[in-house]
Amino acid sequence: MALFQIKRRNILPGFGLSMGYTVFYLSAIVIVPVSMIFFNTFPMGWEPFVNAVTAPRVIASYKLSFSTAFFAALFDAFAGLLTAWVLVRYRFPGKQFLDALVDLPFALPTAVAGICFATLYSPIGWLGQLLAPLNLHIINTPTGIIIALIFIGFPFVVRTIQPVLEEMEQEIEEAAHCLGATRWQTFTKILLPHLFPALLTGVTLAFARGIGEYGSVIFIAGNLPMKTEIAPLMIMSKLDQFDYAGASAVALVLLLISFTMLLLLNAVQEWQQKEYRS
Amino acid sequence: MGIELQNINKQFGEYKAIDNLSLNIASGELIALLGPSGCGKTTLLRIIAGLELADSGKILLENKDTTNLPPRKKNVGFVFQHYALFRRLTVFENVAFGLKVLPFRERPSRSEIRDRVAHLLKLVQMDWALTRYPSQLSGGQRQRVALARALAVNPRVLLLDEPFSALDAKVRQELRRWLRKLHDEIHVTSIFVTHDQEEALELADKIVVINKGRIEQQGTPQEVYDHPANAFVYNFLGNVNVFHGRIHNGKVSLGAHQLDAPDDLKNVEEKPSQTFVRPHEIGISRIRSNDKDLEGTIREVRLQGGQIGLNIECQGLDNPIEAEVPRELFVNLQLAKGVQVFVTINRVRVFTGDYEI
Amino acid sequence: MQCRSGNRKNIVHKLMPQPEISQSHPPVVKKRISDPLSVQVLLVGLTYLFFIGFIFLPLGLVFSQAFGKGWSVYLEAIREPYAIEAVKLTLLTVAIVVPVNAVFGVAAAWAITKFNFPGKSTLKSLLDLPFAVSPVIAGLIFVLLVGSRTPFGSWLGEHGIKIIFSTPGIIIATIFVTFPFIARELIPLMESQGRDEEEAALTLGAKGWQIFWTVTLPNIRWGLLYGTILCGARSIGEFGAVSVVSGHIRGQTNTVPLHVEILYSEYNFTASFAVASLLVFLALLTVVVKSTMEKHFQKNSFHH
Repeated sequence: MALFQIKRRNILPGFGLSMGYTVFYLSAIVIVPVSMIFFNTFPMGWEPFVNAVTAPRVIASYKLSFSTAFFAALFDAFAGLLTAWVLVRYRFPGKQFLDALVDLPFALPTAVAGICFATLYSPIGWLGQLLAPLNLHIINTPTGIIIALIFIGFPFVVRTIQPVLEEMEQEIEEAAHCLGATRWQTFTKILLPHLFPALLTGVTLAFARGIGEYGSVIFIAGNLPMKTEIAPLMIMSKLDQFDYAGASAVALVLLLISFTMLLLLNAVQEWQQKEYRS
Repeated sequence: MGIELQNINKQFGEYKAIDNLSLNIASGELIALLGPSGCGKTTLLRIIAGLELADSGKILLENKDTTNLPPRKKNVGFVFQHYALFRRLTVFENVAFGLKVLPFRERPSRSEIRDRVAHLLKLVQMDWALTRYPSQLSGGQRQRVALARALAVNPRVLLLDEPFSALDAKVRQELRRWLRKLHDEIHVTSIFVTHDQEEALELADKIVVINKGRIEQQGTPQEVYDHPANAFVYNFLGNVNVFHGRIHNGKVSLGAHQLDAPDDLKNVEEKPSQTFVRPHEIGISRIRSNDKDLEGTIREVRLQGGQIGLNIECQGLDNPIEAEVPRELFVNLQLAKGVQVFVTINRVRVFTGDYEI
Repeated sequence: MQCRSGNRKNIVHKLMPQPEISQSHPPVVKKRISDPLSVQVLLVGLTYLFFIGFIFLPLGLVFSQAFGKGWSVYLEAIREPYAIEAVKLTLLTVAIVVPVNAVFGVAAAWAITKFNFPGKSTLKSLLDLPFAVSPVIAGLIFVLLVGSRTPFGSWLGEHGIKIIFSTPGIIIATIFVTFPFIARELIPLMESQGRDEEEAALTLGAKGWQIFWTVTLPNIRWGLLYGTILCGARSIGEFGAVSVVSGHIRGQTNTVPLHVEILYSEYNFTASFAVASLLVFLALLTVVVKSTMEKHFQKNSFHH
């Protein structure tokens, strides 16, 4: 009956077919598989579940994943804002080139990024050599993870800010200028607040991506339990031991947090759109 | 081909777009559905076309029940407000589209299609644009192609949804006249939707005034303009002055003044009334010609081309009167801002209904 | 608006309304207030520094390592049978994943943009799912569904169908990770194009498939192409999800990224980077194509 009502409202053909296929596909590829996580954790019972997800090693992996993603996203906020600003506002040699390359971390397979950074910062790597005398170790430390995540999250921030910067009306800045504001004041009091929703969206995207990142991180991290073992790797190792329930439990926690991030992201994006509509 | 609409109802959620509407349209007529935004006229047009389904009611085209038929089977031509030309197809392919999608048995040969398209494009004066794409045409040109496209499949009815509203004023006027001429040539029953009363008055054989999903009045442009059925119609067609007052004992109050009430309201008991006066039915002179004339001063002068608009503050009236005089009169009487004039109100309509402005 | 800084008395005069520029004239090119040159140099310099550290050096490293021991070693690594098998498997994956997701993308975009129905926004959010899920979890869910130790999986195993640790598993996991790309590219495009043209075609007598082929498809072809390229690039490069479902068996269940990992873990750096360089070339190609298409169509929307 509901389908008939919908058909009454929609006169173009093909609703049944397209909608049916879409729902079928999503069920088979997404809904059913994802629900397996729930089916594998519920039979566990509450206590074993809590034990699985609060084991020290697991907690350490959460902490690591979240903190490294956070710092990387923070760094990306600055680097991304800087890059977007420079690409939109200035003219300089190589600008088109840089603009295209912003997408590289998005297009590059994560494993390649992983081995690159691992080799780069290894004690005999190009950058590793420079940092060794300063006693700065990157390999097998959270710093290494953060560096890899900076690379991964970078395009999200740039590409979210760029369109907003491009559409900003210059009259606003001119008005501030006429009223006596210095360039810096104009930037901090007017431009930055205007960019904030977009910046927040981009950073949230980078953060959400960073939590689950695997390929680019495992090479540089060293994967030392309790120290540089990220949450996805935690899941991996449980799988290797056929501890399906344990893997599901950890995955469930990560999923719930990811979903929260997704909801948060949607809310932020709606806010962003509302702000920019006026 | 005659169209009959019987008791059409359409609701969108809580909002009643069309309220038990019935309408008869004779074959070959050019009808305007006129009304303010949101009155349901576009919805009605789309229901006739089959692009929307009515909740209840019947649509008869040439006495055949077509209520639930899809657009394909109704053989109506539809011209959209924003043209809806196929942007990836040339003008030729656009116009030929309806012919090319005909089932194999009914489809004309390629040369027949070519001839027909050429003929139609010539009719709309776009034959030079055969190989152009819509993006290379102006708005007026696109609309003409859209018209040719709709006519290509010999529709029994032509439906136009605010066909000129997206165009510049001058183009709009040209296309209006051109559409009338076209209709006189091909005589397809046509219904067009508009919120522009000038357009409706100029173009249509018959005007159907719609408000809130209902028909307020239908008739020739003359009928509807000179003998509006109610305050809404009066106000919608043409400019108007409104005076709120009371009607009592055969007299209508106009501010501090009294006028004789129209015959049909002479014996009505006391109630509030609205008195309507058209700006161009007001006489302006420098000297008093009549006891009933109002005295006033010109506050504003608006040069509107052939007519001059005057905003006059009158003694005894709370609000100023809008009057329209021909340019020669304005010049001859040497009217200007601040000049004192006498205002003769020649014709009034008084309504005591619910519709309030 | 021009303003002489330092001469405040003129400001009131300057801020008075200026005559509006008529819409039909081309916009007057106004001189944008710009940052002082020193600031520009500093900021551009910092940007380049970031790019050098995070983009150029890694790129350079790939090539220096891959070609470090000379052409012959490079070619040897690439022509090595296992590497070739990995390439074949990756290409097979792409050849299946992309068309399947394209069909889905078109169907979903048609359902979402041409009709109104309750639950539309939920459907749209579902399309964002893979972006919120770690690739490892993406692989996990399929192990949990059709792994050999699951009821469904063992049933399939009895009928000779092996999914996990075999090619079908890789394909399915890749489908999951890349399914939104084409849909998310088409939906805004089709939404901005509206339904008018399809309705017009309907009134002219066209039937469902006719409308789609002759009206809709030509209008969305560039968006479709763009989405397909993104989907393909991602399918080739997917690592985490595939890592979970693959058996890592050289020559059989290794994709190119997995092969890179294996070589690296064996300290066979040159070979690893040699194979990786193929992926880098592809990534650079993708980036160039993306950039060209965006400039050409002036879309600067980054669809994450």
